[in-house]
This record gives sequence, structure tokens and C-alpha cells, in this order.
Amino acid sequence: MSTAPATIDGPLLTADGVPLKASLEKSLRRSKLRALLLVAPPLLFLIFLFVIPIGNMLTRSVDDKLINNVLPQTFEAFEAWDKESEPSEAMFEALYNDLKSAEKTDIGKASVRMNYALPGWRSLVKRTARKIKKMEPPYKEAFVKADDRWLDNTYWLSLGIMKDKRTLGYYWNAIDRTYDFDKNVIHQPDERKVYNLLWWRTILVSILVTIACLILAYPVAYLLATLPMRISNLLMICVLMPFWTSLLVRIVAWMIMLQQNGVVNDTLVAAGIISDDNRLAMMYNFNGTIIVMTQILLPFMILPIYSVMKTIPPSLMKAAQNLGATPTLAFIRVYMPQTIPGIGAGCILVFIVAIGYYITPELVGGKDGRLIGNMVAYHMQRSLNWGLAAAMGTILLGVILLFYWVYDKIIGIDNMKMG
Amino acid sequence: MPSENSLVRFVDIQKSYDGDALVVKNLNLDVAKGEFLTMLGPSGSGKTTCLMMLAGFEPATHGEIFLNEHPINRVPPHKRGIGMVFQNYALFPHMTVAENLAFPLEVRNIDKSEREQRVNRALDMVQLGAFGDRRPAQLSGGQAQRVAVARSLVFDPDLVLMDEPLGALDKNLREQMQYEIKHIHENLGLTVVYVTHDQSEALTMSNRIAVFDDGIIQQCDPPPVLYEEPNNAFVAGFIGENNRFVGKVVEEDGDVVKVEVDNNVGTVIAKKVNVGGIGSRSTLSLRPERVTVNPEPGSLPNIFSGLAEELIYLGDHIRTRFTVLGHDDFIVKIPNSAVHAHLKEGDTVNIGWNAEDCRALDPSD
Ligand SMILES: Nc1ncnc2c1ncn2[C@@H]1O[C@H](COP(=O)(O)OP(=O)(O)O)[C@@H](O)[C@H]1O
Ligand SMILES: [Mg+2]
Repeated sequence: MSTAPATIDGPLLTADGVPLKASLEKSLRRSKLRALLLVAPPLLFLIFLFVIPIGNMLTRSVDDKLINNVLPQTFEAFEAWDKESEPSEAMFEALYNDLKSAEKTDIGKASVRMNYALPGWRSLVKRTARKIKKMEPPYKEAFVKADDRWLDNTYWLSLGIMKDKRTLGYYWNAIDRTYDFDKNVIHQPDERKVYNLLWWRTILVSILVTIACLILAYPVAYLLATLPMRISNLLMICVLMPFWTSLLVRIVAWMIMLQQNGVVNDTLVAAGIISDDNRLAMMYNFNGTIIVMTQILLPFMILPIYSVMKTIPPSLMKAAQNLGATPTLAFIRVYMPQTIPGIGAGCILVFIVAIGYYITPELVGGKDGRLIGNMVAYHMQRSLNWGLAAAMGTILLGVILLFYWVYDKIIGIDNMKMG
Repeated sequence: MPSENSLVRFVDIQKSYDGDALVVKNLNLDVAKGEFLTMLGPSGSGKTTCLMMLAGFEPATHGEIFLNEHPINRVPPHKRGIGMVFQNYALFPHMTVAENLAFPLEVRNIDKSEREQRVNRALDMVQLGAFGDRRPAQLSGGQAQRVAVARSLVFDPDLVLMDEPLGALDKNLREQMQYEIKHIHENLGLTVVYVTHDQSEALTMSNRIAVFDDGIIQQCDPPPVLYEEPNNAFVAGFIGENNRFVGKVVEEDGDVVKVEVDNNVGTVIAKKVNVGGIGSRSTLSLRPERVTVNPEPGSLPNIFSGLAEELIYLGDHIRTRFTVLGHDDFIVKIPNSAVHAHLKEGDTVNIGWNAEDCRALDPSD
């Protein structure tokens, strides 16, 4: 009772009088530091390969700074304009000043951006910029002389779409909508509607491929998990073989198999099942995309299901039968429910990979087998409309997260077993 | 001994998994109605295999199994109506305890109210009335074990098989469960075929024990007979402790033989149990508690001098290791009582035993 009365009210002290808290903190600091060092490499890896690129994509998808930086005076003059009268001399002068002081490459980029808002801008700006050096006031006349499209108010009006430094325009474009000149969202004209169809097709293909994979993978996984080691190892090699073969080689193999004059059609014709002019169209269309993607993504379904099945003790099936269930009933009531985590993981995995797939549809999809991934690639590589590509990528990401959320609600992420 | 009241009959059963080796060699065994029969044997001796053949999960390679005098080789497991407790319980992890118990009733199309009633009765029987809503993962080992027992009984089978059901439990719990299972067996009048490799478990619980080794039943008898009168060297060695001498029969007189222990260290008078005539080799088996220290000279047929090598104090008795007849692993259990000699290590004393207590058995190995 008489020992250390001070510790009763005051903070706890260690034997040498240092407060216990401080002492504990000091002893933990080292291990915290070590822990930090250990997680640093993966953290950096995550930041450089995941956070930064995705952040960059997100910014790019809404970014409209460039044009505002290249044409600051023009936009100021545009704001002052009543949008009904003829464009004033002051507006042309502002444009002249902007074009004159801007870098040539920036003007090029800006004109590309303007062309998304209104086709024609690019050539208009290009032609005008070429003559800008020799222009004299009054600028309006000089501009019209350079290109008489300057008389057309629509070009000036379309600046309204681009006047903010951030825009949701790319997102609207990605779902077949656009801005009118007052920045109201309107439908694209029918002949320019392409993406919605592709979105729906992408989701449909992803779902169909996921279902096809599930149907094909389940029995294979079951065999893998239950056959004797020697045979199941062999089977496992067969499952993994595609992983060791180049994707392109596999796709080409499918082309040889499935095209109009391919092995399958030839066999069917030779067997008399179909006539020569009724050869099945299994390649360069929707079917081709489904067939080949299913084959390529099958291992992603087999492996998680297999790894879950492997953990189910065989004694459970025996117990169920011992308790009076027929083998079929035992399978349905006892075995299958326990494979759900594997099914969920496999479906999510296949669906996510499928929804962003691009190389297979590109090669075997033909016209009606193209997916949204092909559009992203097209806008990245050909049209160089990175804003639109980024917006599509972001929507894809959103769709995946949405499905993930639904999955979590139905099955629970904690239940997922990747193996 | 085929009789009308035998519930299970194995007739000439042989089993091979790979076609090369027989895992069960010519098994003949009757299990009477209401009997608690234990298959006891070292790991790998074919006990589980026998149980699996009886439950229908492994086909017998040769022979026939009868249940209630009906051959069941072609009856699939789900139609045999045999209860079974698996080694690791095999509870269905995605069902609650109550659902686990209701499963066998559901597949038998028993209606809901009766189902609930029987599930509750089974849970009460194993004192788990309040645990119906738990998942197997939320149970302790002992509780899971009880659920497994309850599930094997809930559909009122006549015969229940248990494959090392207590193997995963700690010692205290194991002993408690032994009694509980025993009581359930008695109260319900069940027939139980029980598998274990733990001899004390077998001795505690069984009406009869079938000692397995190498796919053969070495002896099948009630526990006291098995302990007191082992038929061969394996059973003597496997059940309880025993001292052994190996030697050669030199004289034979009725059911008493004289065996000269190898290396000419002496001659022992023993009971003839399982040994050939003069000249044949024999293993002598003697329980440690049947040895007398400092016997009256001439009171016992076998008296030899022994050197106390090691004494271990165990409370009720003192376990003493002697060197006797050139064997330094001769164990004697000396009761801890006033009348018994208090030895020290290094003492040399006379020790002796009766001819009936020393059984002359087959030469082992
Ligand atoms: N499914 C099986 N396939 C092949 N051999 C098996 C199988 N099950 C058991 N065995 C073999 O049969 C022998 C007896 O096994 P088991 O009946 O499990 O013995 P116990 O239950 O007495 O330990 C062992 O040698 C074991 O390796
Ligand atoms: Mg076993």
C-alpha cells in the first residue's frame, strides 16, 4: 500500500521515472519505422502505377484548360458579345492577338479541340493562322478575306461550349450526347450515334462471356479438385497451357478453326451437316468475339473456383450421402453452396477483364463484335482524342466499381476467395 | 459365431485399393444388436477402410457385408440408413447447427414441425439446446463433436459408426465425451462400431474390441479378456504394458512350458497359450503389476534376482525398471503401501511371478 503513492494520481512512470506513455512510444518508434520501410516499395509501386495514372486519366477526362490558355482574349471578347449581332471588330482583334502570340503547336492542339465542338474549326484556324503574319487592321475584313467562313456566326457561337476550364463534354460524348452552344446537353444526331450501342454490346458480351466461362469452368474445376493427383496435375497443365501461349497465337488458331473456310466449317460441310453455301459465320462478328474471349478468359474462372473446391473436404459429400441424400442432392445442397465464393471471385474477375477487353474483338470481332475498349484504343492511337478516351476509361472504371458494389451487396467481398 | 441377433456381419471381406496390396485381409466379424464394438489398431491397419466399406463409400474387393442379414454390397450409401460420425466431424459449414441436424430429416421428407421437434430433442440430448443458430465455425471442438454425434443420431439409425471421433479433443474433454457417448449408447440401445487407435479409450467404452493389425483382426474379445488373456504377442504388446522375453521351449507339461530365454540367461516357467511344441520359439509376456518384489523363497515358480535401475514415483505406485535375465527394460509396478519394500536405485532384490501370469505366445517378429 505504501509503495509509489505518486503513481496513483499522476501518470504512470517506469522504473527510472520516465512517463510510461513516452517510454512505450519510444520503444514502438523503431518498429513503426521498420514497418514503414517495409511497406514503402509496394506503396510507391501503387502510387506510380496506379494512383498517378488513374488520377491523370480522371483529370484529363474533364480538362479543357489548353484552349482557354491559348485563346484568353478571345474568350473574354466572346463573353462580352450578345451572341446575336454580327461578331465585332474587337472580337476579331482579340482572336488575332491570341493567334499571333500563341505557340504554333498549341494552336494546332487547340484547333483539334475546337474541331470536337464543331467540325470545321480545325481547317478554319489552320488556314487563318497561316496568313496571320500579313494581316493588317481592320481584322474582321482580313479574317474574312483569309476564309469566308468567318462570316458564319456558328463558329463563334460554338466557343460557348469551350469557355470553361473544366468540361463534362467528353463524358456526354462518350454516351452519344453533346452540348448545344448554350451548354445544354442534347442527343447527338442519329448518324453520329455510335457509343451507346457499343456500351450495351460491351456489357452484353461481358455478361455472356462470364456465363459461358462459368458453365464451362465449373465441371473442369470440379474434376481438377476431385480427380487423383496424377490425372488432375495433367489436367491443370492443360488449363494453364493457354497462359504459356501467346495471345495472338491463340487468336490466330481460332481464326483458322472458325473462319468461313476454316476447319470447323470444312468438317461440317464434309460431314454433310451444312451445305457449302450455308457455311456458319463464326468469325469476324459477335459470335467470334464471344467464342474467343470465352476461351481466353476461361482460366480466370477455373482457378478461383478450383482453389475454393480444393478446400472443401471430401468427407462433407460423404456425410451428406450418409445422412440420406442422393449424390445429386448432396452436390446441390452441400457442395455447391460452398463454392459460391469461388464462383463470385471468378465471375468478377472474368467480367472485369472482359469489359475492358480490346485485342480479341479487334482481331476477330469484325464490325458487330467491336467493344468499347476498341473505341478507347482508337481515340488513344488514331484520333488522339485523349479526353474522350479518358472519359470512356473512367466510365468503364465506374461500371466495374458499380458491379463490384452490387457483388458486395449480394455475396459480400469478404467471401471472395481468389485462391 | 453367426447368430440371429447379429446386426452387421462381415464375411470373408478383402479390400485392396491398388490391386497390389491387401489393406483388409479376410475379415470375418459379427456385430451383435446393441453392441458397442471397437476396432482398435495402429494407424494404417485398415480400420477406416472397414468402416467405409460398411458405410458404402468403398466397395469390398471380395466378400459380402450383411446388415440385418441382408447383403448390402450393392446398396448405395444414402439407402443404408447408417449413422456416422466422421473423423473431423464433417459438419456442413454453410448451415447452422439446427440446419445440419435437420438435413437428414429434410431429405427424408419429414414435415417441418416434427423436424423441429426431433432436432431439438437431439440437441438437448447432447446438451446443446441453445446452440441451434450457431455456425459450425463458432463452436468449440467439443461442441462440434457433440453436434456431429447428434446429427448421426437424429434420424434414429440402428447402427452408428464413429471414426476416431475424439481424436482432436484434449484429454479431459476426451474422457468426458467417452462417458457421454457411452451413455447415449446405453440409453438408446444403439449398435455402435467405433474406431480408435487409443487403447484406453477402447477399454473404457467397448463391449468388445477387435484388435487390428496389418489388415487382420488379431483378437476380438471383451476388454478384460483382451487385457488378461492376449492371444498373441501383438495384442499383448498393443494393449497395456508388458514385459517380454524371447526364447525357446525346452519342456512341455500340459499347459505349462519351460522356456529358455535367449543367450542362456535363465529358464522361465510359463503358461502355454499360443506356442508350438519343444524346440519352437516363443515370446513370453508378463504384466508389470503381476510381478512380486522380495517373494518368499519357493512361493513362486519363477524367482530371479533383479537390479533396480530406475524408480519413478507416480503417487499410487512406484514404477521401477529392473535388469532381469539380461533385460534392462523389465518394468515392475510396486504399490505405494507400507508393507512394500522401499527400494533405492542400485539395489539388488529378488523378484518373481506365477506361471499363469506369464503367457507363452507366438514368436513376434
Ligand atoms: N483411398 C485410398 N486409396 C489408396 N489407399 C488407401 C486409401 N485409403 C486408405 N488407404 C491405405 O489403406 C491402408 C489402411 O488405411 P486406413 O483404413 O485408413 O487405416 P486406419 O484407419 O486403420 O488408420 C493404409 O495403408 C492407407 O495408406
Ligand atoms: Mg483411420
